[in-house]
Amino acid sequence: MGEVLVFTETRFKGEGKEIHPVTYELLGKGKELAGDLNDSLAAVLFSGGGVDPQELIYRGADKVFFQEDERFGVPDEILFRRGLKTLVEKEKPDIFLVGATNFGRSLAPRLAMALDTGLTADCTGLEIDDDGSLVQIRPAFSGNILAHISTKTTPQMSTVRYKEMEEAERDESRKGQIVETDFDLGDPDTGSQVLEEEFSGDVDLPEAQVIVAGGRGLREQSDLETLEELADLLGGKLGSSRPLVDEGWIGRDHQVGYSGNRVQPTIYIACGISGQSQHLAGMKESDTIIAINSDPSAPIFEVADFGIVGDLYEVVPAMIERLKTK
Amino acid sequence: MAATRDFKIIVPIKQVPDMDSVEFDYEEGRVDRSSAELEPNPFDLNALEEAVRAKEELGGEVIALSMGPKQAESTLREALARGADRGILLSDKAFAGSDTWATAKALALATEKLAPFDLIICGEKTVDGDTGQVGPEMAESLGVPHVPFVSEVLARSKEWFDLEGTVWDKRYVKRVRPPFLFAVTKDVNEPRLPAFKDKMRARKEEIEIWEAADIAEDVEGFGINGSPTFVKGVEVPPPQEREGIIFEQEPGEAVDKLFEALTREGIL
Repeated sequence: MGEVLVFTETRFKGEGKEIHPVTYELLGKGKELAGDLNDSLAAVLFSGGGVDPQELIYRGADKVFFQEDERFGVPDEILFRRGLKTLVEKEKPDIFLVGATNFGRSLAPRLAMALDTGLTADCTGLEIDDDGSLVQIRPAFSGNILAHISTKTTPQMSTVRYKEMEEAERDESRKGQIVETDFDLGDPDTGSQVLEEEFSGDVDLPEAQVIVAGGRGLREQSDLETLEELADLLGGKLGSSRPLVDEGWIGRDHQVGYSGNRVQPTIYIACGISGQSQHLAGMKESDTIIAINSDPSAPIFEVADFGIVGDLYEVVPAMIERLKTK
Repeated sequence: MAATRDFKIIVPIKQVPDMDSVEFDYEEGRVDRSSAELEPNPFDLNALEEAVRAKEELGGEVIALSMGPKQAESTLREALARGADRGILLSDKAFAGSDTWATAKALALATEKLAPFDLIICGEKTVDGDTGQVGPEMAESLGVPHVPFVSEVLARSKEWFDLEGTVWDKRYVKRVRPPFLFAVTKDVNEPRLPAFKDKMRARKEEIEIWEAADIAEDVEGFGINGSPTFVKGVEVPPPQEREGIIFEQEPGEAVDKLFEALTREGIL
C-alpha cells in the first residue's frame, strides 16, 4: 500500500504555536486522494515544541511522523529539508503535499531539488487521473489561466494554496499511530542565524468571510477606523491595497493583491480602491464584490457586482448608520 | 576568503510578457503571447537594483543571467543599462520546455561555471510562471543557503548580510554568510530607471550566448525531456460574469438601494 504524505505547517499563536489550518485542508484533500489510490494518509510534524501531533490523527492522518527538536523552532529550510529527505527516501510516498505558505513555498523547492523530483506550485485543485497519476491544477499568468500539470517522478509534490480545499473534520474518536523519528539533522551551522524575530500579527485575511478594504481614496491613516467599524458590523476584517501598506498606515498582513494576500470572501467591499490589475489579482474571485469610488471610470467597477459612485466619506458612514439601525 | 577577490553577484532574470497587455483567448483556451510586449520580469528588476546597490557599497561585479530564446537578449541589455556588468544568455533548443526543476539545474550549472560567486539575488517569482520555485531550487542545487521573501536589506558586508523577511506570521531578521541566494519582494527597493546614455551604451555591448553543451556534458537533462513535470493542458477560464449594478444616487439613497439589492439577492 502506498502513502499520501502531508507536511504539517505551524504558525505562531500568542506565545505558543499552533498547526496552521492549511494542514487540515491538505489532510481533507489527502484523504480523498488516498482513497482513490487505496493509499494510507500520513502527516509529518517537525516541531520546535508546543504542538500536539495527536491533533493530526483527529483530522484524518493514519500515521504521524513526529520529531521534536528546538532547532525546528526557527524557519531554517536546510534543517527541515534534511529531515524530510530522509523521511521521503524511507517512506517513498506517492504524493507529498505542502501548504503554499511563505515557508512551504520556500522549503518544498529545496526538497524537490534534493529528491530530483517535480514540484507544482500553489495548486488550487488536485485530482487523480484514470491512470492513477496526480493532476495538479494551478493558476498561472497572474491568475489568468489554469494549467493542468502532471509529474513523471515520485513523490509527486505540490504546494497547495490556503483556503482552496475543504478542511478535514475533527473526530476525537479516530485512532492512528504516532511514530517518533530521530533523523540526523547534520551540521547545526547552516550558514544563517536569526538575529531578531517579532510577531507581525495574526490577521489571517484569507480566513475572513467579509473584507472591507481601503485604498488611495483614503485621506488619513485614522480614516481606516471608519472602515474597520464597517468591517466589525459585518463580522469581517480590514483589508488594504498596496499604497496604504507602503505608507506604513497598515500592516502587510492586511494587504490584498498579487504580491499580498489572495482572498475570496463572501463579500468584498472596496473603498476608494481604483482597481489596478495587481489588486484585482488578489480579490477578483470573491463571491460578491461591492465597489465604492468617486470616479465612475475606475476599473474596480468592471469587476464589481454592485457599485456606488460617490464619496466614500459619505457612503461608508451611511452604510454604518444603516447597519446600526437595522 | 571573499575579501581577497572581487565580490561577484549573479542575478537570474527572465523575459516575460507585459501582463497588462497580454491577451487571453477564452474560446481557444490559450495565451496569445504575440499580443504583448516583452519585458524583464518586474520582480527581477528589484533583484537587479539590490545587486547594483551591493556592488556600489562593496565593489565587485554584477552578472545578469537569463535563459530563453535569442530575443531575451533585449532583457539582458536592459539589465546592462541598469548597472549589470555582464549579460549571459543560456539559449539552446535543448532548453525549450524546461520546468522549474530543469531551469534551476541549468541556471545552477551556469553559476558553477562562473564560480566562485558570493551572492545570487532573484525576484520572489515571475509574473507568467508564478511559481517562485527556481530560486530555492537553484540554492539547493548549489548547496548554499537561501532567504525567501526578503523585504529589506538591513546591512551588507563581504562577510555577512542582514535580511528581513516574513515567515510563520513573524518578521525575521537573518544574518547570512556568502555565498548564498536571496529572493526579494517588491518592497525591498524602488528600481532606478536607466539613463538614456546607459541605454545607448548597452545596445552596443556583447551578450554572451551559452549553449547547453557549454554547461553540461549531457544535454538531455534539460528541456521537456529533462523536466520531471509537464503541462497536460491549459484552461483559460473566462472572467467571472458580474451583475455590475451601479448606483449613482446621492449617498443615503444609493446605500438604501444597495442594501435592498443585497437583501433581495440573499447576500445580507
